[in-house]
Amino acid sequence: MRTKALTRLLFTLAVFTWLALVFTDLSILFSTSNGLKPEVATWLPRLILNIYIVILFYYYKFKIERDESLNFIDLLWRVFATGLISTVISLLLRLVETLLGGTKLTSHFLYIEFTYLINLGLMVSVLLCAFMAWKRLILYQKSKWLIRLWTFFEAGMILSLLYNSLSYPFVQQYYEYVLGLFVFVGLVLSGNMKWVAYLNFRQKWTGLLLLLLTIFYLFYIFITSGSLVPEDLLVSQRVIDHSVHIFILSLMIFVSMYSIFSFLVILFNLPTTSVFEQKLEEVVNFQRISQSIQTEQNEESVYNILLETSVSTVFADAAWLEINGSKESHRLYTYEISEKEARDIIDHLAKQQVRGLLDQNQDKTRNLSKHLSSLRGSRFRSILAYPIYVKGDNIGTLALLKELPEGFNKEMNKIVSTFANQAGISIENFRLMEEALQNERYKEELKIAKTVQKSLLPQQLEFDDHFDLVAFSESADEVGGDYYDSLRINEHQTALIIADVSGKGTTAAFHMSQMKGIFHSLAQGCTSPEDFMFRANQALIRCLERGSFISAIFFVIDTETKKVKYARAGHCPVLYYNSLTDKADYFKDKGVALGMVRNKSYKEFIQQNEFTYAPNDVMVLYTDGITEAKSVKGEQFGDDRLNQVLCEVKTLSPEQIQEHLINRLYAFSGTDNIDDDYTTMIVKFKERT
Amino acid sequence: MIHIKRLQEDGADVMALVGEIDASSSIDLDLAIAKSVGEGFTKLLIDCSALEYISSAGLGVFMSYIEEFREKSIQMVLFGMNEKVANTFQILGLNELLKIAADKAEAKKMLA
Repeated sequence: MRTKALTRLLFTLAVFTWLALVFTDLSILFSTSNGLKPEVATWLPRLILNIYIVILFYYYKFKIERDESLNFIDLLWRVFATGLISTVISLLLRLVETLLGGTKLTSHFLYIEFTYLINLGLMVSVLLCAFMAWKRLILYQKSKWLIRLWTFFEAGMILSLLYNSLSYPFVQQYYEYVLGLFVFVGLVLSGNMKWVAYLNFRQKWTGLLLLLLTIFYLFYIFITSGSLVPEDLLVSQRVIDHSVHIFILSLMIFVSMYSIFSFLVILFNLPTTSVFEQKLEEVVNFQRISQSIQTEQNEESVYNILLETSVSTVFADAAWLEINGSKESHRLYTYEISEKEARDIIDHLAKQQVRGLLDQNQDKTRNLSKHLSSLRGSRFRSILAYPIYVKGDNIGTLALLKELPEGFNKEMNKIVSTFANQAGISIENFRLMEEALQNERYKEELKIAKTVQKSLLPQQLEFDDHFDLVAFSESADEVGGDYYDSLRINEHQTALIIADVSGKGTTAAFHMSQMKGIFHSLAQGCTSPEDFMFRANQALIRCLERGSFISAIFFVIDTETKKVKYARAGHCPVLYYNSLTDKADYFKDKGVALGMVRNKSYKEFIQQNEFTYAPNDVMVLYTDGITEAKSVKGEQFGDDRLNQVLCEVKTLSPEQIQEHLINRLYAFSGTDNIDDDYTTMIVKFKERT
Repeated sequence: MIHIKRLQEDGADVMALVGEIDASSSIDLDLAIAKSVGEGFTKLLIDCSALEYISSAGLGVFMSYIEEFREKSIQMVLFGMNEKVANTFQILGLNELLKIAADKAEAKKMLA
């Protein structure tokens, strides 16, 4: 908004300055022609003209130089439009002149001077407009050196205004040198035509037309400004003469020079435009391939873009993209060629001892045209093939075909090979991203599994006057399937279970929940642990997949008879501390894990055991995560160490035994990140109080 | 990591397991046994003398073939296990379901 207001202000100022110029100039002219001493100083019009120039200079600086929205053609259009308006006004003045014929008015020197001033005002306006536009064009691709030269040029021109305003006689003799210098600098600056290259074909034509018209207008200025005022008329009295005004002259020369240069450069650039456009398209295509990964959802679109861009870049008549892989993932994308035709060529090349389309030991890209010539009935005479690598694996081949012999040049070869490489990178990125997503999903799944697993473990265990029962379970990052639980059968009997589901992750958590269901539904109604195991096996073989199994020990503690009955199904043996003998030992018994024998013969593989407990006996149940825990050196925690740890604290409460065991375990493994689940359940029998 | 070496002796496929079998390498074991069966071998000898560790997933592989082998009357004998590995088989009760021999000679005898 501020710029807009400023340009308006500057424009109004310019108009007023011009009016002031007309007034002072004409009054001086009038006075002198009437033999009177002019009331205003003779140097004033010159100064006002220069002020007018400076105001217009800044007007166009804001209007053109600072307006970022203008493109090259817009700039040329502005210059042309300003030129057009001036020409039309100038021509109208002429028309009036001719219409009025040789009347007194038209030949009156004041009228002549007035029209001269109008023309001068318009001319300065057009020249400054063009000057600013050309400045934008010249400085489109700037270097330090160019900016310095331009600043020198512009500053010098402004300074020359000062010179014109004052017109000291002692510098008058350098007039030609100063002008010559400006022309020379202008000439050097006119060599900067880089913007032309960025015009497309259409824009070049528009540019040519606009420039041609601008040149016509400039030409018109040259003609008219010379003939505007008849030589003989009051030349001596003229206060203002642009023909000796260094600023206007150098501006005129510079603007014309650059217009003509631009015109010629655009003209000669016309034939090569397509090449430049082609290069630009290559860059865009390249970007498309590399960005396709962010926008496209699948590899297929990357393949399609690769095919499309390669074809358009090298003007291939046909192409195919073969993606290697097993039967379903093997695909052939074609362009302007039937699948059969492509297959024929592939088979033919294979027959010609060209291993695959590409021999990986050879150059990356191969021209296979010589092999093609021996294929009868094919319309193609040139073929280029490119391998596509993803992580060093050749995942496919891109083949480009032309009907012309020797149809591909080195440049095309290079570009398409770059495309193929980029496509490979894009696909690789795509796959990495997929993988990362998959991992994220897996992690999320694990989190759920872990929550499920935690919620399956009992919040509270059964308690009894005859024994204390504690349990502990810590799962590794990867979810396992350790399970323990307790259930009161009746007043005297309590069922305990500890189990370990093979495998990890969601399936393990799922099987664990099945085990929990089985325990809660069967424990009450089973006549014996043996029976429990048999029925649990029958139930589990229906839902456990081949290769999965569950190891478990099921106990029934009878506080009336002081006996414990149990059956072990492939689980880690019980560690039992006998207070009478003061020794801890592992129970030696037999039993096959649940789910391993998938028929009723399982009964033969399960054994029921029984023992009588005494007060202060300790029973330690655990999963293999504990005995297989490894130290930094790779040593296992093992059965003997577990036994030893129990003996150290055998007289303490089960909570204390458990705490001691866990502390020892973590100290042994030397890390908090365990790789398997740690689960223990400790029972300590006590004297009934 | 597991490395599986196969060689044929007296019409039996002898498969030597070298290294450790965990959840990921158990797939290799599964593939190796499936391949051997696919090639038509009816006598499999599994050399476990260089097997350092086997996880439950690895045991699951042996387990999963028990029924199939019974139906197709394919014989499989494992031999040469170290104490730790043998213990793992024993705890799970797999020693009751699989034929396990001390050494190759005994294993061959068991093939009968």
